[in-house]
Amino acid sequence: MNIKKILPQLLTLLVVILIFGFFSYNAQVNMENRGITFGYGFLSQESSFDVQFSLIEYDGSHSYFRAYLVGLLNTILVSVIGIIFATIIGVVVGIARLSNNYLINKTAAVYVEFFRNIPLLLQIFFWYFAALRALPLPQDTEPMFGVFFLTIKGFFVPAFVWNNLDVFIYSLIAALISIIFVRIYARKKQENEGIQTPVLSISIGILIILPILSFLFGGVDASVEVPVIKQLSQTGFTYEGGIKLPPELISLALALSLYTATFIAECVRAGVQGVSKGQKEAAASIGLTPNQVLKLVVMPQALRIIIPPTTNQYLNLTKNSSLAAAIAYPDLVLVFAGTALMQTGRAIEIVSITMLTYLSLSISISILMNWYNKKIAIKEK
Amino acid sequence: MNKLNFLQPDKNNFNTYLYTGVILISLSIFIVFLNSFFNRDIVSFLPGTISFFLPLFLGFIGLHLIRIDYSGLKFLDSINKNINTNNFNAFLSLIIVFVVIKSLPPLLSWFILDANIAGDSKDVCTGSGACWTYIKIWFNRFMYGMYPNPEQWRINLSFVALAFLGTIGFFATEKFKKYLTLYYVVVYPIIAFFFIFFFISGGPVFFDFSYGIIAAVISVIIGFFVPSKFKMYYFIIVPITVYILLKYVFFYEELIELGKLETLEWVETGAWGGLSLTFIVSFFCLIFCFPIGLFLSLGRRSDFPIIKYFSIGMIEFWRGVPLITVLFMSSVMFPMFLPEDMFIDKLVRVIIAISLFEAAYVAEVIRGGLQALPRGQYDAAKSLGMGYWKMHILVILPQALKLVIPGIANTFLALVKDTPLIFVVGLLEIVGMLNLAKTNPDWLGFAMEGYVFASVLFFIICYAMSKYSYNLEQKYKTER
Repeated sequence: MNIKKILPQLLTLLVVILIFGFFSYNAQVNMENRGITFGYGFLSQESSFDVQFSLIEYDGSHSYFRAYLVGLLNTILVSVIGIIFATIIGVVVGIARLSNNYLINKTAAVYVEFFRNIPLLLQIFFWYFAALRALPLPQDTEPMFGVFFLTIKGFFVPAFVWNNLDVFIYSLIAALISIIFVRIYARKKQENEGIQTPVLSISIGILIILPILSFLFGGVDASVEVPVIKQLSQTGFTYEGGIKLPPELISLALALSLYTATFIAECVRAGVQGVSKGQKEAAASIGLTPNQVLKLVVMPQALRIIIPPTTNQYLNLTKNSSLAAAIAYPDLVLVFAGTALMQTGRAIEIVSITMLTYLSLSISISILMNWYNKKIAIKEK
Repeated sequence: MNKLNFLQPDKNNFNTYLYTGVILISLSIFIVFLNSFFNRDIVSFLPGTISFFLPLFLGFIGLHLIRIDYSGLKFLDSINKNINTNNFNAFLSLIIVFVVIKSLPPLLSWFILDANIAGDSKDVCTGSGACWTYIKIWFNRFMYGMYPNPEQWRINLSFVALAFLGTIGFFATEKFKKYLTLYYVVVYPIIAFFFIFFFISGGPVFFDFSYGIIAAVISVIIGFFVPSKFKMYYFIIVPITVYILLKYVFFYEELIELGKLETLEWVETGAWGGLSLTFIVSFFCLIFCFPIGLFLSLGRRSDFPIIKYFSIGMIEFWRGVPLITVLFMSSVMFPMFLPEDMFIDKLVRVIIAISLFEAAYVAEVIRGGLQALPRGQYDAAKSLGMGYWKMHILVILPQALKLVIPGIANTFLALVKDTPLIFVVGLLEIVGMLNLAKTNPDWLGFAMEGYVFASVLFFIICYAMSKYSYNLEQKYKTER
């Protein structure tokens, strides 16, 4: 046994154990003094606080666990909205950065430099406290396309009222599954016979036809409910019906997507630039059309470079959505680590649950990413 | 005479195409210009939609007409090459030009022409533009937070002194160049710490700071000069012994009192704020997160399983949680972990939390650099008989760190941009001060000015940092 190998490890272990022991001993003493017992039983107690905006039914009579779910769902909602818009803006700006048009290129560069150099929190505040406060009151709002109302109290959009929604969802799932089968079939056919099948148009066809069939034969029925203005008091107005997106959600999603889009744009640019010119020339020289070059040669290689850092950005966006607490959007941190913590005083349990939630999310995604990276890595002989 | 084919301009009849095109483009720009700067619509006799799209249409045709390859005019060729390669590009270029022309007047009038800066109350701001008076009146608060006005020279002096000490590297002669790393890594942070500790706060604010800690730090520095045979044992035994001896055996209370400068008024950290707090927090986090991250990255690649898994755990934990929950932890959960009589100032807790958080990111960046080095470098260093630390300090790290300058700079930028989050624990740096000023009843309704001001400040700081990192990258670039 080499003492030089064992000693540093033992020492590290000792220090870590000492620190943990010190902390947990203190925590025990402190909790005893304050008369709190450690435990997660409080999750089933009645929460008795209200949440402004929730996707599932919730009021004060529900449990703390349900409050946790409300916060989690709100976090997921704003993250998904942010991810969708950030991807769209990011891809467009990233391609614009590659344009040989000087004006487009510079405009995209200015956008990227500007939005990535300003703290996200400042951007959220800007949209929430400055930009969205300049919107008109509900009674003065001009409708967009007759059905959308962007007011200081939020964004009112028409809602769909569904009959037999489940049949519609089943039809969508069926469409997706059949698209996967079509793709597998097309690939096999190309490998065996060398004949290409127009997968894209067939997929789009399936995706449109199956839901329409569900409307015709499955008894699915959708109608649109347009928000209608309603007077609450002498000067107070609001809209009824439809869906209300609160201004907190809008400003948060806006800031998150504009901020993250700058990073995604850089990922896209790096990815497309990372494909060497020789690849395109080689593909063109064996007679592929420009579209085929893009689809079969450039994109697969570019995506290999683009996807891992972009997933990282999605993860960052999800973690950044916790800034919601600053503008009182009821996300996981505000509802659970804020209000619930204030009410119960169980700092250790609640902060640990909140952190574990984010931790498990990001670790599972990074495991997925490692698996993906291994799968797509170029197999070198 | 060739036939004029307006669908396909070519070099025959070059002048006709060129003049027609230029006239059309000028006309379209002129229409938009008049419309936006003087509010005159000279094409208003046309029906609504047509008059709206007319400039676009004219400009589009004009750009189409001047799109002639190899015209011989340098200027024209460069325009065609850069903004006018095909119809789609021409269309986008026109839209960008028009949007810029359209948005200039409102921006100009808001920022400068209709803005107010004179006076010292809200009443002077009557125009439709920005109210810079608000920024002017609150400027001190935005810069120094609640730090008492007569004492602000202390912050200024410290920052000027630190900035001066920081630039010493540029003036060093060849003889002293080799000590620069030691200076920046060890001496400079300690000087900065003393400045902030004694001068800005004016007393033992942070924790029960004693000379034991100083002695321990000094003994660690001395340790680097101990022969390598005894180095490990020295590091394990001496600093801790010195600290314990000094703190509990020789001196106890008296020296803590010595830490105070009686002549300076004590300003508690809760009163610090504004941009100076942003600088203080980012400065210390930068200093602390780099070595921690370095050790974590080395630990992650270590052969010792315990150290390796400890490092992996640390890195993945801090990278997996949002900073705001870390700050929550430091403010509500951390006090539960301390003995009741022990109190750590919230600024220190925040700095520790942010440093640990960013250290995980720095560690991953440095690991990337370490992995990018070819094995040959390690083997060559080992074959020269170098030990682990000598190999890393002299061979591996200089090359690896050079590779990851952009990544580290990005992490540091992220750190600076994350500092506003300390509002969670109630420390108000510039963004927090803005939110406070915004709710002041005398100054309601100027949120926009405040946020624009802060955005410009942050943009300047971060942009300068990123440009500087780019310069560093170019400076240390070596061909491999």
